[in-house]
Amino acid sequence: MNVRQLFDVARAVAWRQLHNALTNPVIFLPSLAFPLLNFAAFAGGLSKVRQVPGFTFAGSYTAFQFVFVLLQSAAFSGVFSGFGVARDFETGFTRRLLLAAPNRIGLVLGYAIASAVRWLITAAIITVVAFAVGMRVGGSGVDLFGLYALALLVNFAGTLWATGVAMRIRSQQAGPVMQMPVFLALFFAPVYVPLDLLRGWIHAVARANPLTPVLEAARGLVSGEPTQTLISFGVGAALVAGFALWALGGLRRAEAAG
Amino acid sequence: MNRALALQVGYLARRSIIRTLRQPAAVVFPLLFPVLLLAVNSGGLRAETRLPGFPTNSFLAFALAVPFIQGGLFATGNAGIDLAKDIQTGFLNRLALTPMRGIALLAGELGGVMTLALVQGLFYLSIGLVFGVRLKSGIAGGLVLILLAAVIALGFAAFGAYAALRTGSTEAVNGLFPLFFVFLFISSMNIPRNLMGTTWFRWLATINPVSYLIEGVRSLVITGWDGEALGLAFGIGLGVVVAGFGLAAAALPQRMART
Repeated sequence: MNVRQLFDVARAVAWRQLHNALTNPVIFLPSLAFPLLNFAAFAGGLSKVRQVPGFTFAGSYTAFQFVFVLLQSAAFSGVFSGFGVARDFETGFTRRLLLAAPNRIGLVLGYAIASAVRWLITAAIITVVAFAVGMRVGGSGVDLFGLYALALLVNFAGTLWATGVAMRIRSQQAGPVMQMPVFLALFFAPVYVPLDLLRGWIHAVARANPLTPVLEAARGLVSGEPTQTLISFGVGAALVAGFALWALGGLRRAEAAG
Repeated sequence: MNRALALQVGYLARRSIIRTLRQPAAVVFPLLFPVLLLAVNSGGLRAETRLPGFPTNSFLAFALAVPFIQGGLFATGNAGIDLAKDIQTGFLNRLALTPMRGIALLAGELGGVMTLALVQGLFYLSIGLVFGVRLKSGIAGGLVLILLAAVIALGFAAFGAYAALRTGSTEAVNGLFPLFFVFLFISSMNIPRNLMGTTWFRWLATINPVSYLIEGVRSLVITGWDGEALGLAFGIGLGVVVAGFGLAAAALPQRMART
């Protein structure tokens, strides 16, 4: 594999995706608005939930929800990038890219880089808003670095999942197929209360959900009481590896479809 | 209504209903997504019922009102997109050359949306009943609930139609959808207003009309017959209907101009 060609293609694709997203508010704003809206609704509206007996999180409810919203924005930034891939297939742009690119894996890498940069902008805005409304962080600088690194893994996983779907269906009608599993995986984790406070079927589903340790570890990092950190990075890396194979499989399907 | 007008409304309503039923995505998604969100929230927020002053010990009963409002939001999108498609494809221009009256167009175009709203209401209510929710207002309350849900859907649909008539673009109507979701999120959908701990959020939820729509539906489920909650919900719902239809009717002549 020619590494230089790989990165040349990735850079070009990433630049185009970012240019499209950042110069077109209709594309960028939803991926920013939804996490902020959820943050307002959850951290603002549900702050009393912190007083439920047995709520063991060390920090404030704002910090508790900030972590969820950060991970949600990471995952959905990936999904929104998948919409862009599907749109490029519908307009025929990706087919021309497939012909022109000397290294087609660079396309997937380019989409992932663009999505990550896009999410970093969103994450910066969410973080500023969280601090502006009084979020207090118990974790150290290293803990916070870990938090954003974990979220970045979730972003890569989301992007690779959505890219794989977009490359298989090659239509914007794939939107719900990209969105719904991510939405379910996120909301079947302990979103509003710690895992121990969930009861019944949702507790069983949350325990089996791979995003639960990621969410709990990220909350541990923000509160300064790290828990399951290594496991969660392992889960994050496994998700990225698995969805990378899924995305490359999608690329092969797209190539075969011509 | 004279016979000719009734005939015009009938034809367009029939077309609208058939068109809605022929788009599985437009039917299935508005049915399933709110139920999915209901399942997620009623599981995840069940612990909230342990807060002192929470009005019921079943979060499912508390949250059952939300799908009805979400269904109304989907009606906005469906009505707007269908009408915008008719504008984009030139169907409306061809209609403008016929003796079709504007009011017939609006009423007829919303036929499919109202059919779907009725199906949605019955579906959400059935889901609640199957999973153990018992309406405190009884069977009559269930009928009033469906009526209120239909009024809400009609109001939102009229706004969707207005957006379509003003812009003539499906993309613009789609862009309106998240805006309506803001109203849903900044409301009492997940917690009663008196239990909101954050002052600014409680204030926004209190001035948000969607809170009163939710609380009206909710009162039938968990309280019984609450005249104040129902009066506010029907009042606001009918206000939205009048405002939406007024705006749409005002935008119609320009769109129906014979050029």
